[in-house]
Amino acid sequence: MEFKSINQLKSLIDQNKISLKEIAQTYIKKIKEKKDLNIFIYFDEDKINNQVKEIEKLPNNKKLKGIPIAVKDLFCTKNMPTTAASKILENFNPTYESFVTQKLINEGSLFVGKTNLDEFAMGSATNTSYFGNTINPLSNKDTPLAPGGSSGGSAAAVAADLCLGSTGTDTGGSIRQPASFCGVVGIKPTYGLCSRWGIAAFASSLDQAGIFSKNVTDASILLEEIAGHDERDSTSSNVSIPNYSKQLNSDLNGKTIGIPKEYTVDGISEEINTVWNNAIKSLEKKGAKIKHISLPHTKYALPTYYIIAPAEASSNLARYDGVKYGFRADEAKSLDEMYEMTRSEGFGKEVKRRILIGTYVLSAGYYDAYYLKAQKVRKLIANDFIETFKECDLILTPTAPSAAFPLNEKQDDPIKMYLNDVFTVPASLAGIPGISIPYGKDKSGLPLGIQLLGKHFDEQEIFNAAFALEKDYE
Amino acid sequence: MKLDTNTINKIAKLARISLSEEEANDLLKDMNSILDWVEQLNEVDTDSVEPLANISSSTLPQRKDEAKDINSSNEILKNSPDKLEGYFAVPKVVE
Repeated sequence: MEFKSINQLKSLIDQNKISLKEIAQTYIKKIKEKKDLNIFIYFDEDKINNQVKEIEKLPNNKKLKGIPIAVKDLFCTKNMPTTAASKILENFNPTYESFVTQKLINEGSLFVGKTNLDEFAMGSATNTSYFGNTINPLSNKDTPLAPGGSSGGSAAAVAADLCLGSTGTDTGGSIRQPASFCGVVGIKPTYGLCSRWGIAAFASSLDQAGIFSKNVTDASILLEEIAGHDERDSTSSNVSIPNYSKQLNSDLNGKTIGIPKEYTVDGISEEINTVWNNAIKSLEKKGAKIKHISLPHTKYALPTYYIIAPAEASSNLARYDGVKYGFRADEAKSLDEMYEMTRSEGFGKEVKRRILIGTYVLSAGYYDAYYLKAQKVRKLIANDFIETFKECDLILTPTAPSAAFPLNEKQDDPIKMYLNDVFTVPASLAGIPGISIPYGKDKSGLPLGIQLLGKHFDEQEIFNAAFALEKDYE
Repeated sequence: MKLDTNTINKIAKLARISLSEEEANDLLKDMNSILDWVEQLNEVDTDSVEPLANISSSTLPQRKDEAKDINSSNEILKNSPDKLEGYFAVPKVVE
């Protein structure tokens, strides 16, 4: 049994054509069948069945009543353990619920489990997880492919039909890139639209929660539920949240779409550019005006990001000291030794690398040369977008420089791995919203995504254009 | 080469992460190539640019500074690897 959309399943529930128990059983069966893909860090049938009993008591007007949702294991959940895919948080049971997951629970969603990710969301292939790789459900048997990352488990869960939507977080592309690799829709909203309360912090000035789904309408339904002000996150914006799904409108007449010349990168496959061109032509046909633009500081986005994100991470991850929760190395004789051994054994290689880079760029004598310099370049990158959006409503680019690559392919060279985020990082630095939707395939039949970027808090415009483009493949 | 083994070990000490010799050598290579790569930012003239401090475009609301008693100390302590009489316990600091 496959459900195509939230609205379809919701109407089956409303007409009593399917019970919540049947929905739970359907998804439990699917998840068990796909166990080999290692999509979930936490999956417990009893927990699902217990939720069903609670959700059954809710009134039918709850917008997500009975809708199966998977949660990235970076969101704290009271009812399920939270690991951030790290040994250092093994056996951690949060005493509180994240803002985003609480909102989903309030509307009656059924959490099917917690999905795999790169350790503390640091990675682009879901291969730095302490709990092993996730395999892209679109792989053929001989060559297992990466699902992208860091929210690879959440993207794969939607692609493998193990839920109708999932939560992700995006710091430099961690929703959009895996969405592209797995052929699903993924939206990273404006920085501050969704509260970061209860999300294990990676880089606080960049982290933002978002959604994976099978289609644009479902993404808009889920985003309007998880968005909103929260006084426990001081960067959470107090803006009114539009009813995105009700206002979806595929009419693009009068809209101007910017095509940035800096996103034509050397060495990128022709197929990616073809997909990009097809999307440009389609938007034009639908009435939009195409404008060729320049975002001159684009090439500096990645090095800027790889100073700022590790710097913030080194500060945020200082809390994992073996005292209050999670793993503690037990042979230590002194307090300092306990800290050092705990962190040495508890963190994986990529996390240690980023903590050390972050510590270095923030250390005395280097702060101005690295961190302050990066914050200044970040300002220029953000200004590029502000200037451009004076003449454009949206910007269209490819999402990722390649389709899903074989597992472990890029592991030994960190910079090569970082290049995965070349098209997604600039928007993260500027705090603007972006969506990736599947738009065509490469020679071997793997999905390729395109990315739409919009002004701060203009998610509606993004949804509308994505909704229009999505019709090309229906 | 920006970093040498001494610097790596000094940073590791600051970050409270102990490194084996092999790990230190691996990280030295990776971190030097990453630091060389970010050097390209020096091409950008930022003399008259204010560093970006807050990316949010909306006014951030303030809240009243009031204590809220959620009294979950027992629950919180449950997650601790070692506890004693309502406190987190750590290896002895003072002899």
